[in-house]
Amino acid sequence: MDIFNIIIQTLDSTLRLSVPLLLACLAGLYSERSGIFDIGLEGKMLVGAFAGAAAASVFHSAFIGLGMAILISISFAMIHGFASITHRGNQIVSGVAINFIAAGSTVILGQAWFQQGGRTPALAEGERFSPITLPGADAVKDVPVLGHLYSELLSGHSLIAYIAFAMVPITWWVLYRTRFGLRLRAVGENPAAVDTAGISVTWLRYRALLCTGVLTGLAGAYLSMTQNGGFVKDMTAGKGYIALAALIFAKWKPVNAMFACLLFGFLDALAIRLQGTPLPIIGKVPVQFMQALPYILTVVLLAGFIGKAIPPRAGGVPYVKER
Amino acid sequence: MSTPYAKLPAWADYGLIPLINLAVAFIVAGFVVLLVGENPFRAAAILVEGAFGRGQGIAFTLYYATTFIFTGLSVAVAVHCGLFNIGTEGQAYIAGLGVAVVCLTFDATLPWWLTFPLATLAAAAMGALWALLPAYLQAKRGSHIVITTIMFNFIAASIMVYLLVGMLKPVGSMAPQTRIFLEGAQLPKLNWVIELFGARVRSAPLNISFLLALLMAFLTWVLIWRTRLGYEIRTYGHSPKAARYAGISETRIIIITMMISGALGGMMALNPTMGDQHNVAIDFVSGAGFVGIAVALMGRSHPVGIVLAAILFGMLYQGGAELAFEMPAISRDMIVIIQGLVILFAGALEHMFRPSIQALFASFSPKSVGMAAAKGKGA
Amino acid sequence: MGQAAIELIGINKSFGAVHANRDINLEIPRGTIHGIVGENGAGKSTLMSILYGFYQADSGEIRVNGKPAAIKTSNDAIAAGIGMVHQHFMLVENFTVLENIILGAEGEALLKTSIAKARSELHRLEREYGLEVDPDAIIEELPVGIQQRVEILKALYRGAEILILDEPTGVLTPAEADHLFRILKQLKEQGKTVVLITHKLREIMAITDNVSVMRQGTMVATRETKKTTVEELAELMVGRRVLLRVEKGAANPGAVKLAVSNLTVRDQRGVTMVDDVSFDVRAGEIVGIAGVAGNGQSELIEAISGIRRALSGSVLLDGTPIDVTGTADPGELRDRGLAHVPEDRHHVGLVLAFEENENSILGYHDDERYRKGLLLDIDAIRNDAKSKIEGYDIRPPDCRLKTANFSGGNQQKIVLAREMEQDPGVLIVGQPTRGVDVGAIEFIHKRLIAMRDQGKAVLLISVELDEIRSLSDRILVMFAGRIVGERGPEASEGELGLLMAGVEQREAAE
Repeated sequence: MDIFNIIIQTLDSTLRLSVPLLLACLAGLYSERSGIFDIGLEGKMLVGAFAGAAAASVFHSAFIGLGMAILISISFAMIHGFASITHRGNQIVSGVAINFIAAGSTVILGQAWFQQGGRTPALAEGERFSPITLPGADAVKDVPVLGHLYSELLSGHSLIAYIAFAMVPITWWVLYRTRFGLRLRAVGENPAAVDTAGISVTWLRYRALLCTGVLTGLAGAYLSMTQNGGFVKDMTAGKGYIALAALIFAKWKPVNAMFACLLFGFLDALAIRLQGTPLPIIGKVPVQFMQALPYILTVVLLAGFIGKAIPPRAGGVPYVKER
Repeated sequence: MSTPYAKLPAWADYGLIPLINLAVAFIVAGFVVLLVGENPFRAAAILVEGAFGRGQGIAFTLYYATTFIFTGLSVAVAVHCGLFNIGTEGQAYIAGLGVAVVCLTFDATLPWWLTFPLATLAAAAMGALWALLPAYLQAKRGSHIVITTIMFNFIAASIMVYLLVGMLKPVGSMAPQTRIFLEGAQLPKLNWVIELFGARVRSAPLNISFLLALLMAFLTWVLIWRTRLGYEIRTYGHSPKAARYAGISETRIIIITMMISGALGGMMALNPTMGDQHNVAIDFVSGAGFVGIAVALMGRSHPVGIVLAAILFGMLYQGGAELAFEMPAISRDMIVIIQGLVILFAGALEHMFRPSIQALFASFSPKSVGMAAAKGKGA
Repeated sequence: MGQAAIELIGINKSFGAVHANRDINLEIPRGTIHGIVGENGAGKSTLMSILYGFYQADSGEIRVNGKPAAIKTSNDAIAAGIGMVHQHFMLVENFTVLENIILGAEGEALLKTSIAKARSELHRLEREYGLEVDPDAIIEELPVGIQQRVEILKALYRGAEILILDEPTGVLTPAEADHLFRILKQLKEQGKTVVLITHKLREIMAITDNVSVMRQGTMVATRETKKTTVEELAELMVGRRVLLRVEKGAANPGAVKLAVSNLTVRDQRGVTMVDDVSFDVRAGEIVGIAGVAGNGQSELIEAISGIRRALSGSVLLDGTPIDVTGTADPGELRDRGLAHVPEDRHHVGLVLAFEENENSILGYHDDERYRKGLLLDIDAIRNDAKSKIEGYDIRPPDCRLKTANFSGGNQQKIVLAREMEQDPGVLIVGQPTRGVDVGAIEFIHKRLIAMRDQGKAVLLISVELDEIRSLSDRILVMFAGRIVGERGPEASEGELGLLMAGVEQREAAE
C-alpha cells in the first residue's frame, strides 16, 4: 500500500467533507457576530439541499438548482430574523422550530412532488456540480509529490468547494476592512452603541442573516448536488450543529473556522477510512462508534477548550430600546 | 419595563394565547397541505374524526398523549430552571435500556405490579444519567447545553442501535429488538375505562402508564410550586444572580434539575415498550422528545397546560395516522411540520399576539391587566 | 442670550399608562450651559431621548435654531447638530477609540480612508478642546473618565453644536468631574450649547447658566442659576420642604461584630479590585464606605457576603471566621446573622417575575417557619409578607402582585423589610436609595438609624456622599481598592472628595 497515496486520498476526503461544515460555519459566523444565535443552520442546510436538488432535477440545470437553494435558505433565515429580530423572540426556540419545519417539509414535499419516498430523483450530468479539473492538472499528474498534490488534492473539486474556501479570506476582508464588517461586529457587542450612532440595528442584523442564508444555501447545495446526486431525507445528519461547535472552537474568527472545519473533516475522513479495518489491539471498531465519533468529539471540544471562549457580548439577546 | 409584566388574566395567558398560537400554526400547516395538492379542510376533518370519532381513536389519542406528557414535563422542568433540554429524545432512548434490563430479567418471575415500579426506577435512573453529563458540562465548563444535549441524542442513538443489533437481540433473530416480554412485564390496558362511557375499543395500547403520567404531572406541580427545591429552580431560572445571592448553588441546581428532567423523559420509555409492543425496539422514541418541546411551550411549562397540549398532540398523531391512510401524500412528517410551527408560534413568536390581546383587554377592562397600579408609578 | 438653540413646545410622551412627559415647554438659549434637574422618574431622560431621536413624542414640536426640526431617528438629531453623551456609555468595548468614533460616520464602504481621516480630525479636536486620548487604545482598557472623553469626541466628530450630557458625573471622582466641567466651559466658549441632566444640585450651582426643574413628567420651573439656591431647587424638585439631613442621636458602639483583615479580591480578569483592606464594624454604629463607583466597594461587600471569592485575607463575624477565600455561602452567613441588601435590587436582590410574597423569603426560603413538612407553607409565607407590608408601608399592599409592578422605592422596601426583619446582627447595605423617590428615602434612612440604635452593626456603601455623611458614624473612603482614609461625619465634602480622588491627606493640607 502506497502510504503517500493513502495520505493524499485521506486529505482529499478531508477537504470534501469539510466543505459543507465550512460553509455552514461561516454562515453562523455572520449571524452570531451580529448577535443572533443561530441553531437553525441545520434546517437551513436541509432545505437548501432539498430545494437545490429538486429545482435542478425539474429545470435540468445545476445553476438554477443552486439559485433555488440559496433563495429558499434565505427565506428560512428571514423567518428566523422575523422571530428573533422583529419580534424579539427566543433565538434558540426559533432555530429549533426552523429545524423541525425544515425536516418535515422536505420529506412531505419530496414525497408529494417526486413520489420516491422523500428523495429527489438522481441528478444527471448537467444538473449537478461535477469535479472541476484545474488547468494543467492532467499534465502534471505524474510529477512526483507536487504534481500529485496538485492534480489529486487541489484539483478535481466542485465549484462550490472552491467557493467555500475562497469565502474564508473574503469573509475576513469583509469583517475587518469594510464598513459593513465594522458595524456588524459592533452590533454584536453593543447594539445600543450602534443605535445611538444612527445605524439601524434591525437592518444590520437582517443583512447578516441574509449572508447566513446565502452560505447555508451553498452548503445545502453542496450536499445534494455534488457528493450525492440528489436529496435524501435528513441528509445533513447534524452537520449544522457540528459547524456551530466548530464556530465556537474557532472563537468566531474566519481563518480559525477554516482550520476547525478541516479538523472535523479530517476526523470524519479518518473514521470512514478505518471502518471495517481492524486496528492494532482494539480490533474491529463497531460502525456505530465511528458514526458517533463526530458528535463525541464535539462534546469533548465544548467541554475541554470552550469554557472561556468569549462570544459576542450581545449574542442571543434581543435588542430592546432601554426605557 | 412595565409592559412585559402587565398581567393578562390567567385564563387568557394560559388558555387564549396558546389557542391563538395553535390556530395560526394550523393555518400555516394548511398552506403546506395545499402545496401538496390536498384540501386542508378535508384534512382537518379527517384528523379530528380519526382522533375522537370512535372509542378506538380516543384510546390511541390518550396513549400517545401519555408519552408526550412525560416528555413535555421533562422539557418544562428544565425550562423553569432557564435551561433548554433538547436531549429528552436521547434520554428516553437510553432509558429503554433500563427498561429492557429489568423486564428481561424479571418478566418470568415477578408480577407486573412489581416489575412496573422497578422498570420505572430503572428508566428514570437511566434518563437522569444521560442528562447528567451535559448538565455537568454546562455548570462547570459553560458548555452550551443545547448543543451538548443534541450531540447526546445522536450518541444515544448510536449506543442503542449497537446494543439492539448486538447484545440485546435474541440469538438467531434478524430484527434489531429485544425478545417479547412475558406477562410479568406487560402493563394492563386501560381501554375498559373508555368502554365504560359506551364507546367500543377494538384494540388499543392505552395502558396504565397513562395514570403514572398524570401522577407525574401532579407531582411536578407540587415540586415546582410547593417545595423549596422548586423555589430554588424558579429563582435560578429567572435570575442566576439572585440565586447566587440567595445562597443557591448554581452547579447543584443545574445538575439536579437536569436529572429530574432526564428522569421524567426516561419514564416515557415505559409506554411504548411495556405498555404496547412488549419489547424494546429500534427508534421506539421516534421523535417524542421533540414533541415534548412543543408540548412544554404550548402548555407554558405548567403541568395542566402540558397535559392538555399532550392530548392535543396525541390527537394530531392519531388523527395523523388516519390522515396518512386517506391522503397518502401527507405522512407523519406533516406532524413534524406542525410541531415546528407550534414551537415557532408558541415559543419564538409568543409575543407576536400578546400586545394586541393585551391592548384589547386593556381597552375593555384596565384592571384585568394590572393597569390600576400604574398610577403615580413614574419611570 | 441670542436665539434659542433648542425649543421644545408642548411635548407629550406616554409609555402605556405612564405619562412620562406632560406638555413640556423648554427653551435653551444658544451658547449657554443649561441644567435640567429632577428626581429619578421625573422624565428628564425621556425628554432628552426624544430630542435625540431615540423616542418619538406623541405630540409637540421641536425647533433647532429657530427652525422646526423633524427628529425621527438619531440620524436626524445628529444631522441637526445634536450630540448626546449617555449615562451608560455607548461604546464598543473591544474596539479602539478610533473605531468607536467613526462608527456610523465612516464616510465610505472601505475603512482605510475613513480611519485616516478620522485620525487627523481627532488630532484637531484634541488640540481645540483639550480632550486628549490615544486613538489606538482599546476602550475596555481605558479608565472611565477617559471613556467619557471618547463619548464627547464622538459627538464633536459628527459636528455637534448642541451637546447633551446625561448624568455624566456618576462615575467620576470629584477631580475628574472638575476636569469635565472645565471642558464644558471650553465648549461654551467655542459657541456650543450644553445641556446637563443631573440630579446633583451642587453641580447645577457650579457650572450652569440656567436650570429647569422637572417633576413627575412636567416642567415645573426655569431659573437663572445665579438667582436661585440649592434649597429652592430641592423644594421645586420634590414639591415640598425637604429634610436634607436626617435627625439622629449619638452612636453608642459596642463589641466588634464584623472584623475584616487584609482582604484582597481579584476579578475574573485578574485585576485586583480590593487591595489589602482592613476595618471593623461595631454593634450600634453605622460605618459608611464612600467612594466613586468602581473603586472596589461592590467587590468588597460581595466578598464579605459570600457571593464572590476573595483571594486572601480573613473576615470574622462575631469572632468566628467566614471562609471568604473558599466555601463561604450566603445561606450560611444568613444563618449566622449577616443580612445583605444588595446594590442591584433588580437582578440580585429581587426576582422581578415573582410575586411579592415569594420575594419576601428570598434567601430565607430554607427557614423552618416557611415549611410544613416537605412542602412550603404558603399561608405562613403570605402572612409573613403581609405583616412586612404593613410594617414598612409597602404600596400597593398586595402580597400576590408581581414584584415588577412595584415602584423602585417600594421594591427597595421589600428588600429592606426582608433583610431587617430577620433581626440580623450585621446588616450590609449597598446603594439603599438609588432610584428611590424622596419620601421613601426618608423612611429608609430612618430605618437604618433605628437598626443602629437597636445595637446592630451596619455597613453602608453609597456613591451619594450626602447619604454617607448624613447616616454614618464613621466614614471610610475607598479608592482603587484600598481604604485611603477614615473620617468622622463632620468631615467636609471637599476633604472627602480629595480622598475619593486618591489624593493623600498630607498633600491636601499643603
